[in-house]
Amino acid sequence: MKVLLSGNEAIAHGAYVAGVTMATGYPGTPSTEILETIVKYDEIEAAWAPNEKVALEVAIGASLAGSRALVTMKHVGLNVAADPLFTLAYTGVNGGLVIVSADDPGMHSSQNEQDNRNYAKAAKIPMLEPSDSQDAVLLIDEAFNISEIFDTPVILRTTTRVNHSKSLVEVDVERVRKEETYEKNPQKYVMIPAHAKSRREVVENRLNALSEFAEQFRGNRVEWGNRHIGFITSGVSYQYVKEAFPDASVLKLTMTYPLPRKLITDFIEQVEQAIVVEELDPFIEEQIKIWGLSVSGKRFIPAIGELNPDIIRGSLADKEDDALEESEALDIELPGRPPMLCPGCPHRGVLYTLNKLKLVVTGDIGCYTLGVLPPLEAMDTCICMGASIGNATGFQKATGRKDVVAVLGDSTFVHSGITPLIDAVYNRGFTTVIILDNRTTAMTGRQDHPGTGKTLKGYDGPPLDLEMIVRATGIQSVKVIDPYDLKVVKEAIKEETAKDEPSVIIFRRACLLVERPNTKPFMVTGACNGCKACVKLGCPAISWKEKRAQIDPEICSGCEVCVQVCKKDAVVEYAKVDRGAGI
Amino acid sequence: MISVISDVKNILLVGVGGQGIVLAADVLSQVLVSAEYDVKMSEIHGMSQRGGSVNTMVRFGSKVFSPLIDKAKAEYILAFEQLEALRWSDYLKPGGVFIMNTQKIEPLPVLLGKARYPQNIDELIRGKGINLLAVDADSLAEEAGSKKAANIVLLGCLAALMPIDRGVWYAAIERRVPPKTVDINKRAFDIGYDLTSKPAFIV
Repeated sequence: MKVLLSGNEAIAHGAYVAGVTMATGYPGTPSTEILETIVKYDEIEAAWAPNEKVALEVAIGASLAGSRALVTMKHVGLNVAADPLFTLAYTGVNGGLVIVSADDPGMHSSQNEQDNRNYAKAAKIPMLEPSDSQDAVLLIDEAFNISEIFDTPVILRTTTRVNHSKSLVEVDVERVRKEETYEKNPQKYVMIPAHAKSRREVVENRLNALSEFAEQFRGNRVEWGNRHIGFITSGVSYQYVKEAFPDASVLKLTMTYPLPRKLITDFIEQVEQAIVVEELDPFIEEQIKIWGLSVSGKRFIPAIGELNPDIIRGSLADKEDDALEESEALDIELPGRPPMLCPGCPHRGVLYTLNKLKLVVTGDIGCYTLGVLPPLEAMDTCICMGASIGNATGFQKATGRKDVVAVLGDSTFVHSGITPLIDAVYNRGFTTVIILDNRTTAMTGRQDHPGTGKTLKGYDGPPLDLEMIVRATGIQSVKVIDPYDLKVVKEAIKEETAKDEPSVIIFRRACLLVERPNTKPFMVTGACNGCKACVKLGCPAISWKEKRAQIDPEICSGCEVCVQVCKKDAVVEYAKVDRGAGI
Repeated sequence: MISVISDVKNILLVGVGGQGIVLAADVLSQVLVSAEYDVKMSEIHGMSQRGGSVNTMVRFGSKVFSPLIDKAKAEYILAFEQLEALRWSDYLKPGGVFIMNTQKIEPLPVLLGKARYPQNIDELIRGKGINLLAVDADSLAEEAGSKKAANIVLLGCLAALMPIDRGVWYAAIERRVPPKTVDINKRAFDIGYDLTSKPAFIV
């Protein structure tokens, strides 16, 4: 039976069929739905780890015990998991271990567009790249087989357009059953230098064996057509090439590390001109050029952002043809539609206050990063998960300034905010750390985490006690505050930033998408004098019309933050106003 | 060398996060699968969920490669919001069908009074030589029982212009929407369907 599945659903299905018994990861667009889909299989132990490093380490344990283990993360997550990865490449595996790295060319939801194919090369481990959902199902199975046959972790590298595109998949396949056995083998799994030196040789020999295997691998194949141009491509770029040049010859590579040298050489020799089409880095192109073969790629194809059939056509077209493709542009500039914090978002009042107090705000990764945009404009930095606290400490130490705060979410704090907080205390910093605790991992679609205590499988456990963790680092001053109360928010921030010691304020209120309090909408009365104070909250429910503020009662959540900024008492509960009397 | 002439058709759905575009695209894709086409559908999750601009691309035919629709290649555009309709109007193929919901959702720069929401969007789109069907899907959905079914009204408008039996659409709606809302959604679908199946609307 064929069904329409996203790449992420296909990976989950493929992992089930491949007999995976452990699946773990940390949420990150575009990878998140893999674990959210896999959780429905009772045979698979699926879990959100606090971060990607822990996820990979748990998977290594499961693999060592003989299980097939899957780890999922977005591209930047693999930076976090890189430490275990590079040594895992030496130890190899027992049960198969596959790491899904979901890259985000075009940065739809990411802070950079690093090309994680480079990790396969750097760690000397094989990598497969699906070009659609059916590919993903087949390649997950291949990946586990390769992992076990060659005793190596395998990277399955996807991109947003593969993760989030749906295509037809054949799903009638039975699940593989695997015997799980463990034998103690310190020479293989305990990487003291003496053992690691012998494993180093194994890694190199394995890479040679994998290069041989790549020549025969069924996923690497030539589709002969017109031989004027031969395209060498992989992943979703393959689909774009087939779309743009349906008659051309194509060498489709699904194993992109190590590359099949003979297959590529033969292909290039049989076409007049060989062109590599790949998103981001010239990863395949450079390897082919190292072999001394004649090929081009980035000379035509952009290295920045996503590709599509139009871009590929345009890159390879003669200049005269280009003019035809230009469509008529509108002569008016359209307003953009940036993402916004939801009406009633508990982050809004805190970000508004930080802006008012003109503090230096080192930010982090989450919904609250949207606080950088007008009108809140309450963020000075955003680097990576957990970076806010270290950034604040460094900024303070360099300047001696106290008006610096770090802002991060609860899930981000658990992910990698605890160690920099320990550093702030240990190294005599005096930063104020603000944890926006909305009881979820909101930006990626509301996943639970240790702070909520609820697991991916739905078990309720003890929630991580953030106050106690914070106190354990040596922080003396910990406040827990409702972010809807602007006066208290402001006082707390002023008080804590004035101190000569590090402190933490936890602004705690559940994300409205998780827990919606039963509140009534508000509206603006005739008392509005057009001061725009409420408009500066950047709430989607509040608009500026004919020199007065308006509230859309259909989306107002009744958080009452705007009521507190209005000096004219012009914001009142919708139901309590006699609208017939004229206001 | 045989040159393959592609029979692939493209449908672009655009609007704002939260308007039920993904659900509409899911129903549409399911219908196309039931009609035994090869189907690919591309959407972007993540930041766009927070009230940002959303687009979903659906392609179908005997064999689909790219999940993306190129500019000026969409046979159909289904716009859930006026500004997004205008933003994506260059994607319509000459002679294509353009269905637009008349709802306006003001983006942040407009809410803040820093930018103006364009006036007379229907005229601007028609000025490009596009045969635009403007539909007040929100009001029609209210007639069906819930404003939330505006996405299915629009889907009904599209369905009447496609060569697939109404029953196939009903089946896909039943499978995808919450059980309690099946009747409302089917009514909403009918309202849209009946609107564009009138002779005046046939393109």
